[in-house]
Amino acid sequence: MIEQIVFYCFAAMLIFSAGMVVSMRNPVVSVLFLVLSFFSCAAIWLLLQAEFLAIVLILVYVGAVMVLFLFVVMMLDINMTVLREGFVKFLPVGIGVAVLMLISMGLIVGSSQFDIAAVASVAQHDPGYSNTKELGLALYTNYLYPFEIAGIILLVAIIAAISLTMRKPRTHKTPKPEKQVSVKRKDRVRLVKMKAEKE
Amino acid sequence: MFENMENIYLAIVIAPLLGSVIAGLFGRVIGRAGAHWVTIIGVGVSSILSMVAFKYIVFDGGEEFNQTIYTWLSIGNLDINVGFLVDRLSVTMMVVVTFVSWMIHIYTIGYMHDDPGYQRFFSYISLFTFAMLMLVMSNNFMQLFFGWEGVGLVSYLLIGFWYKKDTAIFANLKAFLVNRVGDFGFLLGIAGVLLYFGSLDYVDVFSRTAAVEGQTIQILSGHDWSVMTVICICLFIGAMGKSAQVPLHVWLPDSMEGPTPISALIHAATMVTAGIFMVSRMSPLFELSETALSFILVIGAITALFMGLLGLVQNDIKRVIAYSTLSQLGYMTVALGASAYAAAMFHLVTHAFFKALLFLAAGSVIIGMHHEQDMRKMGGLYKYMPITWFTSLVGSLALIGFPGTSGFYSKDAIIEALHHSHLPGSGFAYFAVVAGVFITALYSFRLFFMTFHGKERMDKHTWDHLHESPKVVTVPLTILAIPSVILGAFMIGPVLFQGYFGDAIVVSGAHDVLTEIGKSYHGVWGFTLHAFKAAPVYLALAGVLTAWLLYIKFPHVPAIFADKLGFLHKLLLEKYYLDKFNQAFFAGGTRKIGQMFWNIGDVRIIDGFFVNGTALTVRWFSGIIRTLQSGYLYDYAFAMIIGLLLLLAVFVHHLF
Amino acid sequence: MLVLSDFLILAAILFCISVAGIFINRKNVIILLMCIELMLLSVNLNFVAFSHFLGDIGGQVFVFFILTVAAAEAAIGLAILVVLFRNRNTINVADLNSMKG
Repeated sequence: MIEQIVFYCFAAMLIFSAGMVVSMRNPVVSVLFLVLSFFSCAAIWLLLQAEFLAIVLILVYVGAVMVLFLFVVMMLDINMTVLREGFVKFLPVGIGVAVLMLISMGLIVGSSQFDIAAVASVAQHDPGYSNTKELGLALYTNYLYPFEIAGIILLVAIIAAISLTMRKPRTHKTPKPEKQVSVKRKDRVRLVKMKAEKE
Repeated sequence: MFENMENIYLAIVIAPLLGSVIAGLFGRVIGRAGAHWVTIIGVGVSSILSMVAFKYIVFDGGEEFNQTIYTWLSIGNLDINVGFLVDRLSVTMMVVVTFVSWMIHIYTIGYMHDDPGYQRFFSYISLFTFAMLMLVMSNNFMQLFFGWEGVGLVSYLLIGFWYKKDTAIFANLKAFLVNRVGDFGFLLGIAGVLLYFGSLDYVDVFSRTAAVEGQTIQILSGHDWSVMTVICICLFIGAMGKSAQVPLHVWLPDSMEGPTPISALIHAATMVTAGIFMVSRMSPLFELSETALSFILVIGAITALFMGLLGLVQNDIKRVIAYSTLSQLGYMTVALGASAYAAAMFHLVTHAFFKALLFLAAGSVIIGMHHEQDMRKMGGLYKYMPITWFTSLVGSLALIGFPGTSGFYSKDAIIEALHHSHLPGSGFAYFAVVAGVFITALYSFRLFFMTFHGKERMDKHTWDHLHESPKVVTVPLTILAIPSVILGAFMIGPVLFQGYFGDAIVVSGAHDVLTEIGKSYHGVWGFTLHAFKAAPVYLALAGVLTAWLLYIKFPHVPAIFADKLGFLHKLLLEKYYLDKFNQAFFAGGTRKIGQMFWNIGDVRIIDGFFVNGTALTVRWFSGIIRTLQSGYLYDYAFAMIIGLLLLLAVFVHHLF
Repeated sequence: MLVLSDFLILAAILFCISVAGIFINRKNVIILLMCIELMLLSVNLNFVAFSHFLGDIGGQVFVFFILTVAAAEAAIGLAILVVLFRNRNTINVADLNSMKG
């Protein structure tokens, strides 16, 4: 019973905050509502006994990614009025599409398919069970290679982000192939007619 | 003495090739003298060895040589080999080819000594000798064809030797194309041989004639043609191209654009006689088709008479000799048609010598005249160029068949052979060759008188510098003059009547005209004296007399003739309009067809429809499609979400 | 008693909200990125719910990877955004059509 109350509370908060994220005028407020929705989601994950992921979501997502968002939003000097153009105009379309999709998804995931009988045996863990340990075991055994690839993806992302945004001082000279290719004869060669000089 | 003739035969072929390669590829390194030495030595070695082989086979009764040297490739059951068949026929040709070629090499030193393409020239003529030897010594059809094309190629290169001269380029292209026509027939003939005989080797093919003789082939449905006739006529079409028979003769007069030694080489001794040689070599095949023989007879007769007529109106000294060559080739062809292969070969040999002599003499005159070739600007040269004059006289006498000269024996033999032939068309051919004797005498001595006698008509400068040609020119002339006179008397008996060629030439009993003549043959003197009882000798003398009257005694008369018989004169000057016809109909027609194909096929269909059409369709379609690619992120997002909805609808809810 | 459908429907609602967000905030790249984060969140919610109800830890592993990729994506996306703003002085999607065909 308590579980249900908690779930509905956080579900309502999640939906509300998600709605605010997409409808707020000020992106800073949007980001803050996004943080709120992550919090709500983390709470729901706790209900689902995924403690590790819930904490990771808050620590990594809220602590790092969302801060990055906030940072970027605040750093960029954005003219919001222009960006809000068409908000009202596309509101009906957006809602229409969303409702359509919701109906078609609801038909799939509704209780007719995933009712209690289908998943009756939810495993009850003993008190000593550690979600973190289980996840770690899975990650470092069966999913070792994907895990390493994930690490490489993060590394690449770091390098990409840095190399994209870094403003390099021009310390060395490099050829520019695109300019070399597009050069024309008349840019480089000038024919001069002159009499032979006697020495 | 000759345990291993194979090496000698190989050396005969390889030596000129080696000379050619060295002179051609390293001409700059070895210099002009180097080039002529290396080729002359090459051809000289070849010539001397040919004589050795000749002595071995003809006099010492040595074995004939028929062996495959090298297998080039095998396709199924067909082996394409390089091999030599050296018998009495080919060894005779080898001696003629290499000897005349050798003389021409030497002569070239004098004739070409100012030419910038000196080394190239020597390389070409040596290569020519090589190709010709390959042709002559071949023991199979494929190698024959190789040599055939080889001489064709070199003749193309040589006619266009002065490649900066427009007329030379035109002439060599013409020669090449006309020869292609003939070669096409030849190739069909070879293909026919392969199809019906299943082999390309001479000996194999000749041994299987009995099996093929009766077979027929339907080329047009409903008409049965004898296979032998079709094959023989196809092969002979090849010979028509190479030996310049009507109507494929048109290239030969134009080929006079080449330097004179070429004219001599190509037109006298070697290339043009390839066709004659080939038909003689194929005598076992030709003997089986009277239709083909009649065809040959008629073509040869037309060539012999009408090409001689053309020689009467030409003013270019080399062209007159060229038409005379055509006419003489006609004589040889007629002899082939009459199954007198030996007579044809005999005339070929004597003709090689005296025609080379005439060409070289003409060359000598041209040198003396500072490269002036128009006879109307010559005259009275005998005072200044006595050796040339004398050798020319000898050559001309041999050409017209003056009793005692070599030309007399060979030509008379042909006329006699025709007299005895019973093939359809032999009556016409007999008339043509007898009339041809008069014509030959007339144009030969027209040339002789216009050039060496009468008033000096050249300009002052040339006149002052007239002199006899250098030794390198006169020596070959003199050497060639000797066989021109005496060779006939020595050869006639053995060649015509005593089975000189042995098994190399096969004549079926029904048309063996030579044996028939042989019955009344009682030695050289008898033959010579007998000639005085027959018309040809008097016709020849009449021709000489007419020439003397027209060009020395009353030089204004020919102009009156030309005026009165304007139409005829025009017809001859225009060479029966054959050139113009070819030019307009074949060349022009081909160009028109090509133009049509280009306009319709290439421009419209390929370029317009396929190439540009495809591109246009793609452009049209992409012009529509590109509007979908707006470049706006939200459009793509929209498309993705719509796509997601559609997928859900189709695959999950099965809506559509 | 909570059943699987509750979580799945919650995730579906979240997903649809973010889809609607993409539609109505079509000019603002930052909001678009945030909508994508929300979408990924809804997917993660699905994974976790399945993992819990089916008793398979693999679902959570996948969530872990998705978080990784999402973090990378956010980092690079924002970096691109910064470069974009630096060069074009705008993040208005309507101005970014140089890839138009």
